[in-house]
Amino acid sequence: MTGNNLADYLTLGLLMFSIGAVGVIVRRNPVVIFMCIELMLNAVNLTFLAFARYMPSSAPASGREASFMSGQMMVIFVMAVAAAEVAVGLGIIMAIYRLRKDVDVDEMNLMSG
Amino acid sequence: MGDYIAIVILVGLAAVICGAMVSLSFVLGPKNTTPYKQSPYECGVQPLGDARERFPIKFYLVAMLFILFDIEVVFLWSWLTVFKNADLAYQTFSFGAVMVYMVLWIIGDAYVIRVNAIDWDETTSLHPAKLGEPDPAALPVTARDLELVGGAR
Amino acid sequence: MYNLLAQTDGNGLAKRLAEAFPPPTIDWPSILPIALVVCTGIVALIVEMLRPRQNNNAIIGFSLVGLFFAGLSLTSQFASPDLESFGGMVLRDRFSLTIQLLVVMVTGLTILFSDGYLRAKRIPFGEFYPLVLWSASGAMMMASSKNLLMIFLGIEVLSISLYVLAGMSKTETKSEESALKYFLLGAFASAFLLYGIAFMYGATGSLHLDAIRSAWNPNDEAFRNMMLFGMGLMLFGLAFKAAFVPFHQWTPDVYQGAPTNVTAFMAAGSKIGAMAALWRLLSASTTNVDLGATFQSYWMPALFWIAILTMTVGNLVALVQKDVKRTLGYSSIAHAGYILVGILAHVNNPEKVGIGTTVFYLLSYSLMTIGAFAVVSLTAKNGKEGTRFEDLHGLWKRSPFAVGCLIVFVASLIGIPPTSGFFGKLMIFNDALASDLMPLAIVLAVNSVLSVYYYVGIAKAAFVDAEGARTPESAPMNLGLAATCLLCAGGIFAVVILFNPLMNWLVGAP
Repeated sequence: MTGNNLADYLTLGLLMFSIGAVGVIVRRNPVVIFMCIELMLNAVNLTFLAFARYMPSSAPASGREASFMSGQMMVIFVMAVAAAEVAVGLGIIMAIYRLRKDVDVDEMNLMSG
Repeated sequence: MGDYIAIVILVGLAAVICGAMVSLSFVLGPKNTTPYKQSPYECGVQPLGDARERFPIKFYLVAMLFILFDIEVVFLWSWLTVFKNADLAYQTFSFGAVMVYMVLWIIGDAYVIRVNAIDWDETTSLHPAKLGEPDPAALPVTARDLELVGGAR
Repeated sequence: MYNLLAQTDGNGLAKRLAEAFPPPTIDWPSILPIALVVCTGIVALIVEMLRPRQNNNAIIGFSLVGLFFAGLSLTSQFASPDLESFGGMVLRDRFSLTIQLLVVMVTGLTILFSDGYLRAKRIPFGEFYPLVLWSASGAMMMASSKNLLMIFLGIEVLSISLYVLAGMSKTETKSEESALKYFLLGAFASAFLLYGIAFMYGATGSLHLDAIRSAWNPNDEAFRNMMLFGMGLMLFGLAFKAAFVPFHQWTPDVYQGAPTNVTAFMAAGSKIGAMAALWRLLSASTTNVDLGATFQSYWMPALFWIAILTMTVGNLVALVQKDVKRTLGYSSIAHAGYILVGILAHVNNPEKVGIGTTVFYLLSYSLMTIGAFAVVSLTAKNGKEGTRFEDLHGLWKRSPFAVGCLIVFVASLIGIPPTSGFFGKLMIFNDALASDLMPLAIVLAVNSVLSVYYYVGIAKAAFVDAEGARTPESAPMNLGLAATCLLCAGGIFAVVILFNPLMNWLVGAP
């Protein structure tokens, strides 16, 4: 409860988000890329929760509960959406494995122009 | 800064000495390699298979279904936390909303069961048109390989 | 710091939260259209589960009826006053109703020509119809809320269904590749969008665009930076979804690899949704002119250049394509650029430029794009499909009606006078001039000329005689496809003939 402040959480979130974004760009295995995207989403969740917890003074006092909750609600929905994306993404990756043994994204060059 | 100069020197010396010991023994030491010597040591047992293990693609299916149920619980749990202390109007309203959610969920489950998505050996039960036969133009693969996930190449 | 947890024990907290969130006021009609589309999808899925696996006619019939009633419920609300219900989550205004109506129309047209194509391609899965309906419901959600949570959920409902649909042709490596590309890049863009939303929320403490707008305070530097950072990230995410250059690389691959009917829906439905969200985001910030520098004006120069790039790159790259679907993909990028000009014209001068232009252009763009893809879908037969220009050869002998319609679509895409494409471009051009965006107007005009070449190439390919046996015979025309072509081609002229009453009806004022 003490010792940490908003900036710490935001920095951690930014760091996680950046690692995820770089990972998406440099990695080649779709499963790993997808893990990086999950990392980015978790960074977003952390940021939302940090903002909800340390609500800035600019928020009107009357709507503070609503502010507090809307950040947390968003996190639950982000988690749900991330789960749906996992389900669909793994399904797509499975379908690709069935068709061809490798899933290196650099090898996916059937279409170009 | 001056206080730490001794530590820096110590670290430097340690690095130089360690590096020298390792690299000199590598450069000067005798080398007679045999295939047996080159094989990885696994508690004296003959190593079996490849270090990059392939595992059945079915595990992804389990992961997919697991994570959906996982998230269902997140929603229900957070709703119940508020539900138990709320007043009647709130309870009635939110109960209705959650019932809509549960009905949708159950329809989804019914669909999953209907298309045999949780059937472990789906090659025997899935409608052939939906299984997706491999593209003949793709790499020549055996039926066994189709079941397996390629490890890191 | 707002230390809510420390102030109360657990029970007290729950009580206070329950008091802060009373059961919301509910206006059922305002979500009836979305609910109808979702429920139609669910019933279609149940029918899919129960039906004997012969044909999809029951599902199609049911889907079209559901869409018809959704459209009916939308049009019946045109006279109703604007209102927000469900705790600010659902908004009913003219814009949301119109955009939802467009999405319903696009979905209906797509479903109409899908059956014949899917059977010709040997992927007659009944799951297509529920998925496309849910996807449509996502696009409708995006238009019918000012709450960023709902807009985000709408984007995801739209996209996740489309990821599945893009990979629907399970035996085709191309289709699976396109699904994976679409999925990875779409999820990547969503993460950026969300991060942007997080910062807007952090700055203002709200997810509602009106509250965000009223909290805007350019004098507080930390606040301003957070808002601008958040806005930039959100625009980045939306630009991905709407396929603006330089965030467009996924578009041609995905459009080429996905089944043609899915591509048609993607090009029209998904673009309508993305443009609606962009419109909401940008116009929510415009009404606040008295505060001086509004937060969208900071990003205006970037959007200005993105519009120029999107129009130009889209058209230039389309010139050298050898695949019809790919060409149409680049063409859709260029059209996204035109629509962006319309939106920027509004943002720049909200008093003079209303929503009419954007809505009209989206309407005419959907008609011509779906029509063009419907004609291209004729090249599928016996599970095979060729979409290169050569594969269109000889089409005019096999199906003169389809080629006749194709000419109408191409003429409209180019923007030849009696068609709706021309009037749409003219309106955007005028709006750009009215709001001092002269350079954009000029680039738009130049690009319209550039695009003539490749559009004519598509029409010309249909008239060349087929030579040799390498061209697959086209599937015979079927009733659904003929209906789609007829409706789209007729619609292109009808919206011009009925321009004034239509615009009065759709957006209230011309």
